[in-house]
Amino acid sequence: MSDPTWFERNVETALADDVVRAAIDNAATKKIDARAAAVAEVDNFEALRDLARDIKQHTVENLDRYLDQFIASVESLGGRVHLARTADDANRIIAGIARDNDSKLAVKSKSMTSEETGLNAALQAAGVRVVETDLGEFIVQLDHDRPSHIVTPIIHKNRKIIARAFTREIGVEYTEDPQALTMHARRYLRDIFRRCDLGISGVNFAVAETGTICICTNEGNGRLSTTRPRVHVALMGIEKVIPRMVDLAVFLKILARSSTGQPITVYTSLINGPRRPTDPDGPEQLHVVILDAGRRRILQSEYREVLRCIRCGACLNACPVYRRIGGHAYGNVYPGPIGKLLAPLLCDKDHYADLPQASSLCGLCLEVCPVRIDIPDMLVRLRRDQVRDESVPWTRRLAFEWMFRALASPWKYRLAQKLARIATAPWADGQWTRKLPGPAKRLTAFRDAPRPAARPFRELWKHEQ
Amino acid sequence: MKQNKNRGAGIAPERTDAMDVALFVTCLTDTFAPRVGVAVVRVLRHFGCTLHFPPGQTCCGQPAYNNGFHDEAAAMGRRLIDVFEGYERVVTPSGSCAAMVIHHLPELLATDPAYAEKSRSLAERTWEFGRFLADVLKVDFASIRVDPSRPITYHYSCHLRGLMSAEQAARMVSSLGGIDYRPLEQLNQCCGFGGAFGAIYPNISNAMARDKLDAIRRTGAEIVISNEAGCTMTIEGTARRCGASVKFKHLAEVLAEALGLMDDQP
Repeated sequence: MSDPTWFERNVETALADDVVRAAIDNAATKKIDARAAAVAEVDNFEALRDLARDIKQHTVENLDRYLDQFIASVESLGGRVHLARTADDANRIIAGIARDNDSKLAVKSKSMTSEETGLNAALQAAGVRVVETDLGEFIVQLDHDRPSHIVTPIIHKNRKIIARAFTREIGVEYTEDPQALTMHARRYLRDIFRRCDLGISGVNFAVAETGTICICTNEGNGRLSTTRPRVHVALMGIEKVIPRMVDLAVFLKILARSSTGQPITVYTSLINGPRRPTDPDGPEQLHVVILDAGRRRILQSEYREVLRCIRCGACLNACPVYRRIGGHAYGNVYPGPIGKLLAPLLCDKDHYADLPQASSLCGLCLEVCPVRIDIPDMLVRLRRDQVRDESVPWTRRLAFEWMFRALASPWKYRLAQKLARIATAPWADGQWTRKLPGPAKRLTAFRDAPRPAARPFRELWKHEQ
Repeated sequence: MKQNKNRGAGIAPERTDAMDVALFVTCLTDTFAPRVGVAVVRVLRHFGCTLHFPPGQTCCGQPAYNNGFHDEAAAMGRRLIDVFEGYERVVTPSGSCAAMVIHHLPELLATDPAYAEKSRSLAERTWEFGRFLADVLKVDFASIRVDPSRPITYHYSCHLRGLMSAEQAARMVSSLGGIDYRPLEQLNQCCGFGGAFGAIYPNISNAMARDKLDAIRRTGAEIVISNEAGCTMTIEGTARRCGASVKFKHLAEVLAEALGLMDDQP
């Protein structure tokens, strides 16, 4: 057996931590149950999913047209648009905006795209302190951790860990009371909000027709981060655009229901350009940074429908693998079923070769996806690519080739059954074996494995005629 | 064979015509659960079907397909199509293999001039056992009485998803006459089998299987109806390792026993 891969080592670590595993499983179960209840309240949810899928698919198939329209709309509102081909480009552009405005303290409302580009570190290096203002992301930052879920970044943390981080990092008295901790965070962040001179946000939806940036949050931090500072930078992937304002209604109806089981997020901010002369407040500048970073490559491929993703996290919550190994094991900003596609497709197929394999193809992700991305089918396609690129480990390929050979004719197949029965005889416990040797030991590492029956059905059939 | 109190049970009154059925037993059932094949044959005969078993059958190509060996999967698919050529209906005890034939083979062979049409035809003629009983034979499950003293739960296999929802499938089982039905928590969570997945990542698979077994234990059921040989091997193998005494049966076995077509397995 070859050395374990980075992913296998991560999995080993994750599975060993029963506390974290239970926390993730519980939280995910609650969310997916809440989703089911929220979805049941809408008469035509399945039709809404079809509509959402069709709108997104239409948009990605006409992406440049809608991006051009969005850019023109933003500019007509007085905003500035920057195109970033790579993550580094995006970071450089945003650092440049900070430098031009002499910004030293940035507040950020939740943005997975900024996690993807590694924006915090890049700005830090450019002398700009970035403070996360989403409570979950704030705690992640406080504890020098990484998000393990695209919507619920601290799904892997329990109260004790959070309480210790508060005491250690901002010197408050130890408490595990969520409300008291939230108040500490609120007080801390109020001061930051007062002093900040740059606001960074993600984008949930970008409306081409109007140039509107829609941000969905539950804590109001998105609103503060985008209105309080002089300068607002919104970072989005090219796939965040949707054609019209009426389309936004469809997505607002499905996003929060799929994500947390809420009918809608507590705050839904629609931002139309920077502050107008008649506005009492708001940022003087609005910069929209539109990121490619591998998305155009996906757009040109058969995996295009992946770009329909609205980052609701439902597939993570449903996924039996995610619920066991948690988000960090995936070694990527985007974990879970959608991450098994995004990581290899956006970044590096070889580095993330384990991810498409680490699925039982149970199909729950597709069942809950609001835009019906056929994740299991795409995982199978990625496996097919690995076979074509000959990047499947040779031991596995050999095992499959033997199996396919045996299945190619009834007599070879019958012979294989007999041989497998004989070969397992020394370790037999009736119809089962408790421990197989050599490469087969994986099959009995955790459970008994069945042996081929002495008489397969095809022999019993003779007596049934 | 014991006295059959259930003779004639479950047969819809309007049906008298014999129906030709070819059994696609699947490689896992053939190899590891031959009794399920026998049960399917006897139950379908009980409901008036004439059974055939094309001896050339091996595998539908699903392992090859799922693991990305699509040329090999296509070759196995073409073979399967030839083996079942000319049979009016094909019934299989596996939802997973049924889904392979019904959904994936036509897709895989869509551009094959010789087999595209044939693959669509086989897809239309192929039935998963439970759906065949319900939709084609119109079996009245409530009229088939099972032993009420032995609580039963039902494990939903993921690959039935495209053919029958978890709720539909569970309702089929829970509607059996006299059943002490114990619903399983998190019915739609995978048991951890996943074909090669279980061998490549045995630890993740095991974590899933243990949770499934725990859920089964919490029902207090004596019997688990599990209609997918792969799931059964996984959960039963885990139960054996953990010393759980729960019994695993395919719906066909439960029906065959209830109908007196098969001796009750202790």
